[in-house]
Amino acid sequence: MLKDYFPILVMLVMAVGFGVTMIFLSSIAGRKRPTATKESPYECGSIPVGTARIRFDVKFYLVAILFILFDLEVVFLWPWAVLFIERLGLFGLVEVAIFVGILLVGFVYAWRKGALEWQ
Amino acid sequence: MSNSAAQLAYLAPELVVAVGAVAVLALDILLPERSRRLLARATAAALLASLAAVWWLYAGEVAGRPERLFTGTLVRDGYSLFLDAVFLLAGILGALVSARYVDREGLQSGEYYALMLFAVLGMMLMAVSAELVTLFISYEILSLSVYVLSGIARGRAESAEAAMKYFLLGAFSSGFLIYGIALIYGATGTTALEAIGAAVMSRGLFGNSLLLIGMALVTVGFAFKVAAVPFHGWVPDVYQGAPLPVTAFMSAGVKAAAFGALARVLFTAFGSLSAVWQPALWLLALLTMVLGNTAAIAQTNIKRMLAYSSIAHAGYMLAGVAAYTAGDVALGSVLYYALVYTAMNIGAFAVVLVVGREGEGNQELSDYRGLAVRHPWVAAGMALFMVSLSGLPPTAGFLGKFYILNAALRANLIGLAVALVLASLISWYYYLRVVWLMYFIKPGEAPPTLSGAPSLRLAVGMAAVLVLILGLWPSAALNLAQVAALTVTAGGLPVIGRP
Repeated sequence: MLKDYFPILVMLVMAVGFGVTMIFLSSIAGRKRPTATKESPYECGSIPVGTARIRFDVKFYLVAILFILFDLEVVFLWPWAVLFIERLGLFGLVEVAIFVGILLVGFVYAWRKGALEWQ
Repeated sequence: MSNSAAQLAYLAPELVVAVGAVAVLALDILLPERSRRLLARATAAALLASLAAVWWLYAGEVAGRPERLFTGTLVRDGYSLFLDAVFLLAGILGALVSARYVDREGLQSGEYYALMLFAVLGMMLMAVSAELVTLFISYEILSLSVYVLSGIARGRAESAEAAMKYFLLGAFSSGFLIYGIALIYGATGTTALEAIGAAVMSRGLFGNSLLLIGMALVTVGFAFKVAAVPFHGWVPDVYQGAPLPVTAFMSAGVKAAAFGALARVLFTAFGSLSAVWQPALWLLALLTMVLGNTAAIAQTNIKRMLAYSSIAHAGYMLAGVAAYTAGDVALGSVLYYALVYTAMNIGAFAVVLVVGREGEGNQELSDYRGLAVRHPWVAAGMALFMVSLSGLPPTAGFLGKFYILNAALRANLIGLAVALVLASLISWYYYLRVVWLMYFIKPGEAPPTLSGAPSLRLAVGMAAVLVLILGLWPSAALNLAQVAALTVTAGGLPVIGRP
């Protein structure tokens, strides 16, 4: 029973080790030229201090919607990919091709209509 | 695989519309700017092809025997076929009345027609759903498309306002629906309509409060969509603010879809609990008829008047659903009324479009003064639709109401039948006022210039012919409605009261 969890332990050790190593390496090898902006907490590009009642650009909304589209695509593709060889075969391939095809039309539509431009 | 392919054949009408919607999107980016008008034709072609598929399934005698598809999540029966035909009629008339308007107002035509097709697809999927989660997803496909459609004239503040109001209240009603579904699932352990009905019987869940609350919430969710009083608050503003062809399309289509789903859920899953929901629907129907008709009297804007009139008509149809104990006669009368209402209401809106001007101008009742002098044919069409909406013979509206009255009387709902007649009497005032304005009042200084687009004329003509045919030779359509109703009620459970 415990043996089943061993790969997870290995994964955990590797992940933590990788992170720690990278931070350690960059702290001894990297150059440091701090400015006020660089020192401030990271807030995904928006100003970290000030009122929270600011107006967001409506363009974020479009990006969020497109994000959901492709996020969900992956959610559906993952179980398909796992079961593809054993269970689904050609039928699964056709089904997923239709699914991706519909998404692709939507994506090309959004692209051609300028939804990906930030102007 | 071959099994799935065979099942897909039963969904041919839905598939055609789905492919059409994606194709319209693809065409919109492939075609050059100047040939965007083709999109309206492509939409109409997809809907006509889907109607042909419905006819093909009818010819294959699918109507008589329900076919369960995809492990019982969908059911292809006469009921869903009849409703599909109603939605497709609403879609075809909707596309016809849109063509000129979309050009004139400079709307995004690709989105417009694709969303219209997706809305029709959502309606059709609602009609074939035999399971609550599938039903909910279809309901959302329909709702989201219609929210966007009502706000598609972004430049006009009223349109944006309509979309916002519709979206907020619609999302609220979806919340009611999904919460109700969750409670029903909690009480019965299933979301399949027939299995719910069986679970209520076999486990004696007649007094189960979880189930009763769930049933009430689901009913409220649909009552929002059919615009039943007291869940009608959004209707006047949304119908007035949305682009006129969108209002025409959704006033008929969305209502028919919501009634189709509501009746199927109540008849199939909760037939044995009819003693509980029948009085509730009785009250809803009464309130809806009375308030819709009395509020319509006070309107001066024709779009708003038709919005209240559509509330009133939801009341008549609710009376048909409330007449559950009349069985297939009740359901058949609701189906027939949905068909009739689609023809006469979109017809009336098409005339409003003919008279209307750019930017939703010329929509006051006073703009109809003396219309008969200059444009006798348009006025004659409008008069026909108004007479039909008010329920006078020899039009389809009269027979539609007659069959609902018949069902109410068979179900022994004498009070509701009397209320229906009285409410209709009230409605004569504001419908016939339009006729009076057109024929007996002198025209104003500025004679209305009409939009003479051929597609619009075709829509008015088609609707007028349908209203006359359904009024004078109703037997074919009524027969289909009756067969459709039987496929739901025959498989249903015997009617018993609460123990």
